[in-house]
Amino acid sequence: MADSVDVLSTLKIVYSIYAWIVISLIAWFAYNIVRDGKKEGAKPAIFYTYIAILVVIGTGLHFLTYNTVPWVPYDLNRDKIKPDKVFHITYKDHKITIEGEKPMLIHCGDKVVFDAKSEDLTYGFGIFRQNGSMVTQMQVVPGSRNDLLWIFDKNGVYNIKSTEYSGPKGAFMEVKDAIKVIGCMEYDRYSMK
Amino acid sequence: MSFMQKLMEGHEGGLAHETMTPMQKIALRFVVIGLLFYGLAALEGMIMRLHEIKPLPMIDESHFFSIMTVHPMVGIFGSSYMIVFGAFLFLTPYLMKKPIYSVKLADLSWKFIAAGTFIMWLAGFLFHYAPLYTLYWPLPVDFKQFTIIGGITYIVGVVGIMIGTFLFTYNIFKTILYTPKGWEKQPAWDLLKSALGLEGLLNFFRRKKKEHLVPLPIAAISRGTIDMGLNAIVISSAGVLILIYFLGELFGASLKDTWVDALLYKNIFWWGLDLIADGLVLIFVAGTWYLLAMLISGKDLFMQNIARAALFLEMVVSWTVWSHHLMSDQGQPNILKVVSGEMVTAFELITQGIAVFITLVTLWRARPLKMSNELKFLLGGILGFMLAVPAGIIQADLGMNRILHNTQWIIGTHVHVAILVGLTMTLYSAIYILLPILTNGAKLYSQKLADLHFWLHLIGGIGMGAFMGMAGMDGMLRRALYLNGEYNTYMILAGICGAMLLLAFAIFLYNIVMSIGVKGLINIYKPATIQTNEVVPPQKESE
Repeated sequence: MADSVDVLSTLKIVYSIYAWIVISLIAWFAYNIVRDGKKEGAKPAIFYTYIAILVVIGTGLHFLTYNTVPWVPYDLNRDKIKPDKVFHITYKDHKITIEGEKPMLIHCGDKVVFDAKSEDLTYGFGIFRQNGSMVTQMQVVPGSRNDLLWIFDKNGVYNIKSTEYSGPKGAFMEVKDAIKVIGCMEYDRYSMK
Repeated sequence: MSFMQKLMEGHEGGLAHETMTPMQKIALRFVVIGLLFYGLAALEGMIMRLHEIKPLPMIDESHFFSIMTVHPMVGIFGSSYMIVFGAFLFLTPYLMKKPIYSVKLADLSWKFIAAGTFIMWLAGFLFHYAPLYTLYWPLPVDFKQFTIIGGITYIVGVVGIMIGTFLFTYNIFKTILYTPKGWEKQPAWDLLKSALGLEGLLNFFRRKKKEHLVPLPIAAISRGTIDMGLNAIVISSAGVLILIYFLGELFGASLKDTWVDALLYKNIFWWGLDLIADGLVLIFVAGTWYLLAMLISGKDLFMQNIARAALFLEMVVSWTVWSHHLMSDQGQPNILKVVSGEMVTAFELITQGIAVFITLVTLWRARPLKMSNELKFLLGGILGFMLAVPAGIIQADLGMNRILHNTQWIIGTHVHVAILVGLTMTLYSAIYILLPILTNGAKLYSQKLADLHFWLHLIGGIGMGAFMGMAGMDGMLRRALYLNGEYNTYMILAGICGAMLLLAFAIFLYNIVMSIGVKGLINIYKPATIQTNEVVPPQKESE
């Protein structure tokens, strides 16, 4: 199953290729605009084909990720999914408190829900690997539902950080080794201790 | 001529201020103050960049985040708003071929915005008020972290900016619609329809096209100004709400922050903020590109009706797009995340794509063109948006947002490339093309310095965005502090690019000061000797 490392590695490659294409296109345009040559405008067919391509790319991205990024369908349908385990996390006075066991022990492939509650400010709930890369996140808004359903398929030990700014006092909100995933065939090479 | 003489008098006679109309002077006042605030924002950005590389001894967390709070406010309101307002207050009557409705209101606008920005900046500098520009409830009224005096100062500053914005909005629409004294009665309703792009949309379906009463750039200015006015209402309302809580606390009647629903507040606030970020920026930029393309090429715009219809479509988009900022908020309904967050946002690729296409084809039809400063900066601006808009579409996806939200990708690859490369290079292009019109023919001091400005800004802007984006993909958050060099490779590279941007600005400022001279610069702020509501001197019009 693809994780954030796989998805972001793909993004790095795709966006880098795209960036070099548009930089080259503008460079080519700048080179030729100062030279004499054909001056006619674009034919309507070219314009409408271009618009169609933009529509396909703009909307197609979402269909693509719905079908390839694993967390999209189960995030959208999480109301209908019965979790195997629910973890309750409380935010107050710039402190993150995990109710119950710590680290939160998760078995491979279990559907777990992180149910976070803020008693004062808006915070963030982010799961991070040992190398600092992000696994997933959500906002933690006071007076609102903040539930994130997740499935881990690699063994590892993960940290929790607040991903939202909550004032200078919240600059370093972190719980080290807050989550431990066991029982998988594969290991998360960036999350091993 | 000695260096000092040139510095004081300017290049080839410098600025002939006695020939300038009040409106020319006011437009330049906006631009000069806007550029100074840009320098301040760039300096603040550089301080934050350096602090992320190696913590600076004089800066603690509260100071760092107060810089982060005022940095975008100074950049957007103090700089971009000022430069755009100055240009549009001049261009609207200039293109409509009628006098401005009120010179006094125009003069008041820059004073309110400049003073408001400075007061708001003081709230950060003196009192370390640091709720960031997002003002997520109830952080702005968290009295455990911020002082009442800091909060009130900040809100007073924001109110000043909003008053200046309302004055600008009113003046622009009155100028388009009013009938100057002694003129034949103007068809206000038809002008309004044309200005909003409604006529352009209807023309799209008509066999017999109706003539447009306002030039296309005016349609873009009008459309963007509506979003600007609505945004000012939302920000002012948030300011009043926060002020009520401050006053309650001050007079011993503490109000409960739970009386305000944090998620609903966030929705309303982002609806308002996106009228700037996804509304007027894209609309104003598209309008400016069209104007620049017409001025540079000397030809009519290619596919003008489609451009006008796209402006109207952009209004629908900018009013319904806000939810892409709440895709990681689990309380936000899925329908809003998918429809507003993903699908409507995707339309920005189309509206911006249309603007890119039309601008480039308009230029292409006029080739060969001289690679002037305005042309090269315009191409840089187009490139900036070609890079930044798709980055925004990517992060406005449910799958990608889960791992990109609040990371350096958002603020680097998307926001800074859009603002620094896309918007700022477009504004530089407008400044270069308007400089001789606003100054009645002042000559640029050095073309070599202008070229250096271009390359340093372009490479610095794209480079900084790219390295911030890479750090974001490796997990670096945008509103957090890293004091142990966790992402130092990226931060050092981004810092070098940031230094290039700052150097580019210093070179540009030096070039402009040497062109018009220190005396010319001071004289902009003295009253005009010609008293007229016309935007350019009468003899200039007949040339």
